[in-house]
Amino acid sequence: MEKFNRLEGLVAPLDRVNVDTDAIIPKQFLKSIKRSGFGPNLFDEWRYMDVGQPGQDCSARPKNPNFVLNQERYRGASILLSRKNFGCGSSREHAPWALLDYGFRVILAESFADIFFSNCFKNGVLPIVLPANEIEALFQLVNVTPGFKLTVDLSAQTVVCPDGHTIPFAVDPFRKECLINGWDDIGLTLRHADKIGEYEERRRAEQPWLFA
Amino acid sequence: MANNLYEKLWQSHVVHEESDGTALIYIDRHLVHEVTSPQAFEGLKLAGRKPWRVSSIVATADHNTPTNHWDRGIEDPVSRLQVETLDANIRETGALAYFPFKDRRQGVIHVIGPENGATLPGMTVVCGDSHTSTHGAFGCMALGIGTSEVEHVMATQCLLQKKSKTLLVRVDGALGKGVSAKDIALAVIGRIGTAGGTGYAIEFGGSAIRALSMEGRMTLCNMAIEAGARMGFVAVDDVTINYLKGRPFAPTGAQWDAAVAYWRTLHSDEGARFDRVVELRGADIRPQVTWGTSPEMVVSINDTVPDPAKESDPVRREAIERALQYMGLNPNMPISSIKVDKIFIGSCTNSRIEDLRAAATVLKGRRIAANVKLALAVPGSGLVKEQAEREGLDRIFIDAGFEWRMPGCSMCLAMNADRLEPGERCASTSNRNFEGRQGAGSRTHLVSPAMAAAAAVAGHFADVRELL
Repeated sequence: MEKFNRLEGLVAPLDRVNVDTDAIIPKQFLKSIKRSGFGPNLFDEWRYMDVGQPGQDCSARPKNPNFVLNQERYRGASILLSRKNFGCGSSREHAPWALLDYGFRVILAESFADIFFSNCFKNGVLPIVLPANEIEALFQLVNVTPGFKLTVDLSAQTVVCPDGHTIPFAVDPFRKECLINGWDDIGLTLRHADKIGEYEERRRAEQPWLFA
Repeated sequence: MANNLYEKLWQSHVVHEESDGTALIYIDRHLVHEVTSPQAFEGLKLAGRKPWRVSSIVATADHNTPTNHWDRGIEDPVSRLQVETLDANIRETGALAYFPFKDRRQGVIHVIGPENGATLPGMTVVCGDSHTSTHGAFGCMALGIGTSEVEHVMATQCLLQKKSKTLLVRVDGALGKGVSAKDIALAVIGRIGTAGGTGYAIEFGGSAIRALSMEGRMTLCNMAIEAGARMGFVAVDDVTINYLKGRPFAPTGAQWDAAVAYWRTLHSDEGARFDRVVELRGADIRPQVTWGTSPEMVVSINDTVPDPAKESDPVRREAIERALQYMGLNPNMPISSIKVDKIFIGSCTNSRIEDLRAAATVLKGRRIAANVKLALAVPGSGLVKEQAEREGLDRIFIDAGFEWRMPGCSMCLAMNADRLEPGERCASTSNRNFEGRQGAGSRTHLVSPAMAAAAAVAGHFADVRELL
């Protein structure tokens, strides 16, 4: 997993509630057996005027001029700002894969769906929950400030505005450590292999029907 | 100390706990399908790791498989490659059971687990699919996971978890005629919202829940994720135990007796506490129809489409306006005036035998309306299909003008050829009405099987209670 510690990045606003995983990456692209290459199809139905197909060259497809990521001022954005319940819907990890492949490393929202939230951390994407008033203020700032950037510091657990206004955020200590170090959590879990084995043997004796 | 069901399930599966509360939870059953597993198998291979306990795996191909012309195989080469990749991975790795494309017992993963007795009370069940919450109907801790977690469970037989908060949804009293588990689920989501259950494990209790069959309980727990909760469950009782007896992977003889004695402890103790309680009266729940692009955008069949002008919160007002525009609906129009183009009866939510019976009861002796272009009945599994055919339900569907298809996820998410064309409107028994869910530009209205049948017959949404 790619490490994450500190990022100064351009912010793109996606002003919607309940942005679901079908919108983030539509189902036809889930047929891929790879982890990479989903970026061109991120928000496919909102981004393009035609219906996308897997394996297609997206550079020549007609773009929806009204969709925020197609606006020149948000080109190269690495921080996505959205509203409540971001990432609701399916468990598809293709959603954070697509966001990451496009270039987003941080998602700021008022709340996230549980599975999506957890999937982000496994892929070097940092989802940050901020209070409603801060999210609202950020939307207003982004809208009136061309080239609006934020600095996200995971070690310090802060989001810093260009004027120095600092918004603290909470993050699970274990997930933070994994993200800062780029750790593979399977390797970490396997340090407890003996304990897993012991638990399994005890359970096999107590509830043998589970091991039939 | 009085424990709730979630606490019992949690405590019995903790292998190791860190000081910050992050725990290693042992996983008893791992359900695998073709869409979310290839990258996990590949990751395992690249790291030179072996699966920890192959006999925990039950697998099937369901999302990409066609529901007709099985003789032609899977015609879409991209879909075919994904299914063949699962075939190859399971061949190499092994599994307790694999029901590949065209197998007699193939079907939607959340239908075949329970019907084969591979989902048992007290288990932890995971699958790379958000609707894994379905299995909570058996008093399981069942949750959807991402592909990295699929790989983690394969390699370690454990999942890293933090304890959830608990929400008791209590529904008391009898349900009215024509009102089903799907209507309870949609009414709950309408009440608490699609993020209302985020961070919670939901226990469904109360006399209306106790009165549901296992099929109904699966429908309800299936939709827990649409309320934002990764898990939903129902306590074990005679209904659970009677359902499981004699299923292929259920224990037998002395082990059955020992298992049943344990299963009977899987309920919240008297006086157990929950972080939050939501109560509904069964008699108040009417047949539900979603009108928008989120399952929380739901009203009853007797209601009208909401008017954004009456919404004071600007973010919500804009969401309503956007949804109405996408759905092609006007404020204040009666739900019963909305005409439908297609009907879909199926999905991990509503494709079990009881669902097909409920729809067939409405369709018997009737025909689909002239404006309905296509009506699909897609049984959840080969076994459900056989059972329905033994009962003659296939004839009722076909005589009414439905197509009687082969099992699979089908038009719920439209990964195979079953989909809506842009702008088409569907009465669907599935679980998500998101933009584009049933095909680009598709317009989905979530309903129960009986309400889908009523819409098929009327050509527009109709109160099924008047047809019974």
